[in-house]
This record gives sequence, structure tokens and C-alpha cells, in this order.
Amino acid sequence: MAATVTTETAPSDSAQAFDKKTWMGGVEPMNASYGKLMMWFFLISDTFTFSALLVTYGLIRFSYPAWDPAIYGEVFKFSNIYWPIPEKVYNAVPFLHGVDAPLVFVGIMTFILIFSSVTMVLAVEAGHRMDRADVEKYMLWTILGGLTFLGSQAWEWSHFIHGTEQGTVIRELVSGQWVERTIFGANLVENQYGPPAFADLFFFITGFHGTHVLSGVVLNILIFYRAATGLYERRGHYEMVEKVGLYWHFVDLVWVFVFTFFYLV
Amino acid sequence: MATVAQNTATLAHVEEHEHHEPQSFWRKYVFSEDHKTIAKQYLISGIFWSVIGISLSVMFRLQLGFPDMKLGFLRPILGSWIDETGKLDPDFYLALVTMHGTIMVFFVLTAGLSGTFSNFLIPLQVGARDMASGFLNMLSYWFFFLASVVMFVSLFFETGPAAGGWVVYPPLSALPQAHKGSEAGMTYWLVSMALFIVSQLLGGINYITTVINLRTRGMSFSKLPLTVWAFFLTAVLGLISFPVLLSAALLLIFDRSFGTSFYLSEIFIGGEALPNVGGSPILFQHLFWFLGHPEVYIVLLPALGMTSEIIATNARKPIFGYRAMIASMMGIAFLAFIVWAHHMFVTGMNPFLGSIFMFLTLIIAVPSAVKAFNYITTLWRGNIRFTPAMLFSIGLVSFFISGGLTGLILGNSALDIQLHDTYFVVAHFHLVMGAASAFGLLAGVYHWFPKMFGRMMNDKLGYIHFWFTFIGIYLVFFPMHYIGIAGFPRRYYAFTSYDFTKHIFSDMNSFITIAAVFTFAAQWIFVWNFVYSIFKGKKAPQNPWKSNTLEWTAPINPGHGNWPGEIPAVYRWPYDYSKPGAKDDFIPQNVPYSQTPESNLPHENELIGLEKEIEAQNLNDQFKQPH
Repeated sequence: MAATVTTETAPSDSAQAFDKKTWMGGVEPMNASYGKLMMWFFLISDTFTFSALLVTYGLIRFSYPAWDPAIYGEVFKFSNIYWPIPEKVYNAVPFLHGVDAPLVFVGIMTFILIFSSVTMVLAVEAGHRMDRADVEKYMLWTILGGLTFLGSQAWEWSHFIHGTEQGTVIRELVSGQWVERTIFGANLVENQYGPPAFADLFFFITGFHGTHVLSGVVLNILIFYRAATGLYERRGHYEMVEKVGLYWHFVDLVWVFVFTFFYLV
Repeated sequence: MATVAQNTATLAHVEEHEHHEPQSFWRKYVFSEDHKTIAKQYLISGIFWSVIGISLSVMFRLQLGFPDMKLGFLRPILGSWIDETGKLDPDFYLALVTMHGTIMVFFVLTAGLSGTFSNFLIPLQVGARDMASGFLNMLSYWFFFLASVVMFVSLFFETGPAAGGWVVYPPLSALPQAHKGSEAGMTYWLVSMALFIVSQLLGGINYITTVINLRTRGMSFSKLPLTVWAFFLTAVLGLISFPVLLSAALLLIFDRSFGTSFYLSEIFIGGEALPNVGGSPILFQHLFWFLGHPEVYIVLLPALGMTSEIIATNARKPIFGYRAMIASMMGIAFLAFIVWAHHMFVTGMNPFLGSIFMFLTLIIAVPSAVKAFNYITTLWRGNIRFTPAMLFSIGLVSFFISGGLTGLILGNSALDIQLHDTYFVVAHFHLVMGAASAFGLLAGVYHWFPKMFGRMMNDKLGYIHFWFTFIGIYLVFFPMHYIGIAGFPRRYYAFTSYDFTKHIFSDMNSFITIAAVFTFAAQWIFVWNFVYSIFKGKKAPQNPWKSNTLEWTAPINPGHGNWPGEIPAVYRWPYDYSKPGAKDDFIPQNVPYSQTPESNLPHENELIGLEKEIEAQNLNDQFKQPH
């Protein structure tokens, strides 16, 4: 700032003069490029997309009763009358068959995704240093994190779809007769863990988030490729890494909310 | 400091710009990235859709006004939707109503209005070479085009287009077996709207970013024309509300096609119980109206912004209450998001919650009234020139007031329960948002036609068009209030089979239909004038309306980049009309205070010192930046 003060005609308060010029026109306010602004505005709008879905979740979730030992029996079991306890639903870990490990696997998934945000920060930082090798390295880690998350989600979905070995016996009214039937796992129409709406919301919202992660991974790969071929070095800045980084952090942040809604509440 | 670092890139870029190849026909007129071409594409698509949308309304008006009429003459267009006895198919009546609403709200008054004028005016009025991203802007139009094609195709299905009303409430829209219009037509409706939302987001992100980042030197937010303020706030509204509709539509697609039950619960259809449990159709209404209500202002605000500009220009007076206008638009934009449930008073909502939404709704009357008063006080003792654009703007103010007054009635939950879904509501929103926004659109076309096409529209035809349309619209919608108070519900195929409606108001319904046909016919004057003037209109002068805003400093037919050479700098607000002491009765924004000592106010003389600083700050010219 000291350098500018000498050229100012009214140097009474250089910080304030700078402020005025920020919005005076003829300049990009606060040096934010148009691409970065666009990404921010897109993220705002996407926030509302996810908010609408989470509001939907909340509304349907609270139209169902929670499990109450006084009413439904001391031992928790799956039933389509009340909303299940997440720890009882998400308690499996690959290769550990039959072990009750509540929320362990999803915890690992969440950790991987958040860790990929850390590597993304490092990639952005390397971009500021114009360190092409580091950008490539950390972008690769980020891509790997994203792919691992998606793979884990695929495993979790597949486990959710196949269900437990015992299944759940449900009673339903078929052409005027109450019949009992054992169902295994969940799909969009029936669900062994609780009301069908529970599975509907799970598939829709985690699926919608997974689609975002997938497109984030595709963007990351694109950025990695363009960094690796030296495009950004020739261009003189690594701003694209920063913009895609914003998207990637957003997707992580959304996951934190999805995680809270589905697994913790 | 930053300039030094930029220099090498800048030089390379300037060179690059001097070698612009002449573009091929496809890049110039079809897949163009130029905001002016895209604006014209939106305008012509909008006019195309409005012809379709209004013709649909004339068709169902014929049914309502003359229930015994033989409609056989429509068979060449409607085919077997007219049965052997010459009657309109009742299922198709519902499709007509639905498609009229959808087309007019989304395709004409959202895409056709803000798509045209935000694209055309934002870069020209803030002093930018183009939109922030020409490519995304082009994508925005082509997503809209794709949405249009899908919607247009759905008109020709054997089962007809969507027919659940433009609000597409489930369960009707979620169950294909519920109604003919819930079959393929509904699927296409949802696909089309999803594409439309993508188009709106791409456009909106661009508008907002352009206004923030690409204002020319000196163009602070407090010097922006009210048009740009309106487009800016409209884009913010769309950015926040459309994604919620996207979520609602996606959930509805899953309910329709993949067996989920987000909106469905405990339904019998044709005596058969559906397996869906647990969902809530009210949920859809909440999500829908969270978009649906801001959408009303997405439609109206651009029209209000353009009206402010046109009224100030043609009254030769500064707009009354420039800052109050901005504040009230911000107020309207904010309130738009917290009043949505006033569309849902009859859904069994807790009356206490209803009273909260009623209270918030009625607050909107305050900023709206501020705007109405400001228009009137701008006109007050003005040196008014009645150009066609001015007439349409004054018409807008008239509709805004007469339609807004009934908003006070409908905003009351106790009254709304009586009037809900009657023709009173139809009359209310057609005046306040339909006709008012349409008048904004027409005013904009008449006013900025010379800038768009370099030619003038015919004034005489414009006057005839105005008076026919203005009178016609009042003749259509004023009587509807009475029909609504009498209890006639909207979206009914015929009133001849109910005792309470059988013998009353049939003459008034016929009258409305005649007025509607008359008004529709008058629009062809405009279409003719528009098309004829593009090719044969009088050549436009540089500044036909003696207006202050920057677009009139650009060449009559602005080329790529809008201004040859440097972009003009801006020194004053856009409303210096009839300034005491000035030579002319207008001083454009790019005239510095140092050149107008005779009319400067004391505080403006002080601003002369800032002029050097303003001129020096020329760092966001897109031609000097890598883009």
C-alpha cells in the first residue's frame, strides 16, 4: 500500500480511498475474476437445490414416529411403522461380515472425502506458487480421494440394496387379506429397514450428492490433464484449479450436511 | 501494480483482437456469443411463444364464452380434439389452460422478457463489451431452445400435453393413470422445465457477474440505470428460486417414473389402492411456490425497471426517488421469498401460520405503493412525450395499480378462502403480473427497437396497438372480478351444468370472449409492425429518444464489442433530464461535470476533481484482458 500512497492525490486515508474505487466501476471488485464469481453464484444456487431436498427429508422424516422402546418393544428391530435408528442400518464394513460396527464405514468415507478437500487446498496453494509438479501431485491425490469415496458409496448402496441375511418380515394388505412376507434390502418401492420413504430419500439424496461428486471427479481429471500438459503454466496462472477447488469444497460441505441428516439425526 | 504484471498478456491480446476473422453465418446468427444477437434470438422466440400461448387462451375462451358454439373450424389445428359434434374435448380444455399458463409465465414473460432485455441492455447500459461469458450465454439460449422444442413437441401428443394446471400439483401430475394429460405430456413438461431451469441459471449467473464485474469506469452501483438494477435483482431471484423448482421437479420425476412416494400417500385410483405411503402432496406445493412466488417478481421486476427508464426519459424529468426505487425493488425481492404460503391458505394450513403469511404478504403493498407513487410523481408536471413506449409504460402503471389493489384482498387469508381458485384470482394476476409485464415487454420493444435493429417502428401503428390492447385487456379482465365474486371457479370446462351458474353471467362470459378475440387480433398489428420495421422501418438516428443511458452512445448498429475504441466513462447518474441551466433537456451519463458548469449543483462541482481518477481506472475492458 505504501507505494500507492505516494501517487494518491488525496492520501488522507488510503484504505478508504481504495474501498471507494472498488465499486466505482472500471475494475473487477476485489480482484475477483468473472469465472470465480460465476462459480460462487452457481454454488449459491446449488445450495438451494440441496436445501430443498434436505427440507423434504426433514418433512417426511418427522411425519413418521421415532422408535420408542415403551411402545414398540425393548429390543430395536426394523419396521415400516417407525423411522429406523441409523446406527442399526449402517453398521456393516467390507470384509468384516457379521460384525456390528455402527457408522464406522461411513465415518471412513467421510474422512476420505474431507481429506481430499485438504489435498485440494494443497493443490490450489501449489498453483499460487506456480509449482506444476505439486499441482499435479495433489490433484492426483484429490482424484484418488474422490474415486475412493464413490467406490465406498457404491459398496454401501449395494449392501443397502441386498440387505441383511435375516431380512425383515412385513405385513401388508393384498386384495383385502393381510399377508406376511420377508423382504431383503431396499429399493425405491420397498424397504426392509423402515418405511419405503426412508430408502427413497436415501437413494435420491445420496445419489444426487454422488452425481455431484462424480462430476467433481471428472472436472478434477480435466484440470489435472490440463495442468499436466502445461496449459496453466503457459497461461500464467492456475486459477482454474481454484475454481474447481471451490466446487470440490462445496461438494464436501454438502456431504457433511447429508451425513448429519441421514446418519446422525 | 497489477497493470504492470498484466502488460505482456494484454499486448498479446490486443493483437489477437485486431485480427478477428469475419465470422461464418452460423457463428454470427445462430450459435452466436454476442449478447445482442442472443437477445434478439430470445425476443423472436418469445414472440413466437406468445402467439401460441395467447391463441390457446382464445381457444378456451371460445369454449367458455360460447359453450354451444360449433368449433369445427378449429379442426385443421386441433384435429380430433374437436369431436364429431364440433365440441372441444374436455380433457384438451385442461391441457389448453395448462399450456397457456406454462407458456406465458415461463417461455414468454421469463425467457422472452428478461432473456431479451437483460441480455441486450446489461452490457450496453453498464458499458461492457459483452456478457462476462459469451459462451455460457449462448448455452443459456440453446438450453432454452431445447426446452422450447420439448414443450412444443408435447403439444402434438395423442394424449395431449400436460393438463394438471401450470402448477402441476401431484398426485394428479404424479400418476400417469390419473388423467390423459398426466401421461407423456407431463413427462415432457418436466423434462422441458428441467432444461429451462438450467438455461435460467446459466443466464442468471452471467447477468449478475456482468453487473458486478464489468461496469465501466465511473459506473458505480449508485449510477446504474434502474433497468440494470431490476435485471440484477431479477437474476438474483431466479438464481435462488429456480433450483428449488429443479429439486421439486426431480422428485416428481422419481414419483412418476420410479415408484417412489415423495408426494404420494394412500391413494385409491379407479377402485385400486396404490402401494405408495408416506409422502405429502403439500410438500410439493411448498417447494413449487417457493419458486412460484418469486417467479411472479422475476416476471414483473424487469418490466418495472424498463418502465422507470422509459417514463423518466419521456417525461423529461429525473425519476422520482431513485434510491427509493432501488430500495423498494430490494424490499420486493426479499419479501418475495417469505410469502409463498399465501398460495396455500386452503390446504388446511394452521390459521395462525396463515395469518403470519398474510401479514408478510400485505407488507409487499408498501414497496409496491412506493413504486407506483414514484411513477406518478415522475409524470407529475413532466414535459411528457407520448411515444408508444411511453403509452405502454403508463399502461403498465395503470395495470399495476388496478391489479395490485385486488392483491390486498387476496392476501387476506379470510377473504382468500372465499375467492381461492375463482376468476377473481385470474383477474388479479392477469392484470398485475400478466398484462403489466406484457406491457413492460412491449414498451421495451418499442423503446429499444432502434438500438436493436437500427430502425424505428411505426408510431401510428404503435398508438393503435396500444389503445386496442389497453382497452381490450381491461374489457377482458375487469368483468372477471365479478364472475369470480359470484363464485365461478377457474379451470372449469363449462358452467352450463351447475344450477348456480347455469343462468347467470353467461352474457358476461361471452363479452369477455369477444374482448379477448379483439385483443388477440390487435396483437397482429404489433407483429406486422415489428417484422416490417426490421426490414423497412425508418432509419434510426443516434439517440432517438434523447436518452441519457450509455447504449445511445454506441454506434447505431453496434458491432462486436459495442463501442469502437475505448468504452465511455461515466460521470453522472442516468436521470439528468431538464436540469436547470443546462443547454439541452438531457445530459448523457458520459458527459463530465467539467463540461457542464452552467448546470452543476455545488456538490457536483466537487466531483470534477474525481474525473481524472475515474478515467484512469480502466482495468476491466474485456478487449484488454485475456478472456
